[in-house]
Amino acid sequence: MKGGRAEHTTRGQPLPVPNADNAPFYEAARRGELRFQRCGACGRFRHYPRPVCPYCRSRDFSWELCGLRGEVYTWTIVRGPTLPAFEAKLPYNVVDVLLEDGVHFVSEILDCPPEEIEAGMAVEAVFQPVDEDVTLVKFRRID
Amino acid sequence: MSGPSRIGPGIRDKAAVAGIGQTRFAKSLGLSEPEMAVEAIWNACDDAGISPGEIDGLVRYDLEETDEEQLMALLGNPSLGFFAGTPFGGGGSASVLVVAAAAITSGMARHIVVYRSRARGKTSSFGSGKNQGGRYWEKVGTKLSGLNQWHVPQGLVSAFQEMAMISQRHRIEYGTTDDQYADVAIAFRGHAIRNPNAVMRTPMTREDHHASRMISDPLRLFDCNIETDGAVAMIVTSVERARDLKQPPAVIHAGAMAAGSHHIRLSTLFSRDPDEESAPRVARQLFERADCRPADIQAAFFYDFFTSLVIIALEQYGFAPRGEGGPFVEDGGLAWPRGRLICNTNGGQLSEAFIHGFNNTVEAVRQIRGTSTAQVEGCELAFVAGGNTDPTGAVILKADR
Repeated sequence: MKGGRAEHTTRGQPLPVPNADNAPFYEAARRGELRFQRCGACGRFRHYPRPVCPYCRSRDFSWELCGLRGEVYTWTIVRGPTLPAFEAKLPYNVVDVLLEDGVHFVSEILDCPPEEIEAGMAVEAVFQPVDEDVTLVKFRRID
Repeated sequence: MSGPSRIGPGIRDKAAVAGIGQTRFAKSLGLSEPEMAVEAIWNACDDAGISPGEIDGLVRYDLEETDEEQLMALLGNPSLGFFAGTPFGGGGSASVLVVAAAAITSGMARHIVVYRSRARGKTSSFGSGKNQGGRYWEKVGTKLSGLNQWHVPQGLVSAFQEMAMISQRHRIEYGTTDDQYADVAIAFRGHAIRNPNAVMRTPMTREDHHASRMISDPLRLFDCNIETDGAVAMIVTSVERARDLKQPPAVIHAGAMAAGSHHIRLSTLFSRDPDEESAPRVARQLFERADCRPADIQAAFFYDFFTSLVIIALEQYGFAPRGEGGPFVEDGGLAWPRGRLICNTNGGQLSEAFIHGFNNTVEAVRQIRGTSTAQVEGCELAFVAGGNTDPTGAVILKADR
């Protein structure tokens, strides 16, 4: 134990590893775009990426641009415990954003005090580069 | 119509819980998971009146780290003819009985042990497995290629934070309140005070609940299950065989399992029709297969990892209309002896111990036997559900009268 934590504790920033399934999402994010899989048969967007449409079972899909705006569907304020990588920003928010094209996306609203977050709040995606592979999608309030 | 439905009575009244056993429960016991597992299994065998050598089947939680190989060696290598696991942690807590009953019904085994052993107190250091010792979510690593890549890098690292978001949505839609959360916590603490095995036995007031620190809004410390060490085991056999053993049988009247949503994937959970989540699917199947309705249940055991999820479970399993779980728990709605639905009479996972739901299941057996420390008079039907956001399952236990 070190600092009250077990040796196995993840200390670094956990990040996604782009691979064949998710690469188009992260490539788009690097360009400042939101792209999700869209079914070629029923036309519905889906997230997370997967090879078959959960609504109509079609295997036909493409990665399509999705609107950047959405609204807060639900949220929490994390007050700890959390992973060491996130401790410096405690308390912080995590939100589920319902995007205008119908996709739910878990993210964070930047520059928003915890007490001001509410359901239905309008937000817009912003792009936060972390390293050369990964750009995280965050959100900001819009009026 | 999608999904299994009207597929017959299945396991109805074929198998029974004939023995229950457990270790002591504590914040830290200083025992390894295999050692606790064996102690609980021995106790369950003693309770049933069979020898551990008569065990010929085993059903465990998938994530149980004390596996068949270790366990059989520790039990003196009985001849195992059937073994299986149910996935998804607490979601599988009632499902282990469904699987065991299916194996008994089909003649695959005669005496099946089901168990869960868990060294998870904060100071427990036994084992380096992902699900052993301390907080599983602290071991996530920095390179995520699984589905957790979609939420852990955003700071949503643990189940309690995910459940906080589900709970918040329920408040947004139905106006569920802190006071209603407190009603659940206080009712279960009241049960724990009567139960000498319970870890948390200090009386709790509404003020105590509201003063406990916020962990992840809207969940406070006293809305969360406790973390403990301990193990629980049961012996499942045929109803006929159970009648020859030491204890009155707790007949497995009906059981159901369902998958179709997963709490960690909030993005997909919220994309579904709420009636298509796992728990409502289980409820439909369970009560179709049973000869009773929710209103007939005399003692209910919900997977109380969080107060808010008990309120949601009441709705999902048909004990309260959707959106009315909050009012249902008010004014001692879940409390022994006069609640609307008496629940988690051991104190549950909020106050007795957190053995991934299995401590609630043994308490349901005690209710059927009439030996609970918060006994429902003449209890003949008890309901037990697994975690209601995972793929999940539920059973109805019935007295053999």
